[in-house]
Amino acid sequence: MTEHDDLPAAARTRRLEERLIAAGLTSDDEIDDFLTRLYASASPVNGARMAARAWTDPRYRDLLLSDGNAAAAQAGFDGLSYQLRVVANTGQTHNVIVCTLCSCYPVSLLGPSPGWYKSFAYRSRTVREPRAVLAEFGVPLPDGVQITVWDSTSEARYMVLPARPAGTEALDAGQLAALVTRNGLIGTALV
Amino acid sequence: MAGYSPGTRIRVRADDPDHHTRMPRYVRGHVGEIVAALDRWPLPDDCARGIAPPRVQTCYAVRFSAADLWGSGDHTVTVDLWESYLDRA
Repeated sequence: MTEHDDLPAAARTRRLEERLIAAGLTSDDEIDDFLTRLYASASPVNGARMAARAWTDPRYRDLLLSDGNAAAAQAGFDGLSYQLRVVANTGQTHNVIVCTLCSCYPVSLLGPSPGWYKSFAYRSRTVREPRAVLAEFGVPLPDGVQITVWDSTSEARYMVLPARPAGTEALDAGQLAALVTRNGLIGTALV
Repeated sequence: MAGYSPGTRIRVRADDPDHHTRMPRYVRGHVGEIVAALDRWPLPDDCARGIAPPRVQTCYAVRFSAADLWGSGDHTVTVDLWESYLDRA
């Protein structure tokens, strides 16, 4: 197995860091502090909690879909460094997120992005043939369901609100949140 | 400032700039529909070229049909595009 540090991208990133440090624009300590803070709290558990709350609280759902940042703040995630836009799956519409230019995604609410999200295959094929890509992820979509792909090309970050699974009426918010996966919040899983 | 409202049909400019841009090649020249105005942000093309201050423009979510983009497919693709990437269709 290849160590991350051996990858060409890691070497390129390190060279870029060295140039930025040499130019006095940042320091090793500053980069380390930033990454530590980011990854200490970044987790799909955060997005899952928001999704479960939206399933059980119609007013929170309305807020989540109209002002993602306000809804995130209500759930304890304030000061997001991006505009959060949440798009809801329904019986008629399935949403899926991609960034064709790089790998943008709401890290603080979904955790570090999976390797496939950054792959050329996912980025190029999702905008071209999402139904085939979703089938490979094991997402069965009836023919009548409209697929909406969101290409994250700006300072906005997209998150999918999955549809609440049938038969979950008896579950509480914590149990519901445990059903929601990172892929569900990207749109490459139903929940 | 054009100030496009939701439902407005726009065409993405067919430019091929020789600098960084966030205007993906696959939507250039295509007609789409404004879904929402997101916010006003510095234009990445200016930031990447060190133009100070950069132009600050409204960025829009713009929806395209797969059939228009690729000639086939029944899905839609929504792309965030800065105002200067767009002309009224």
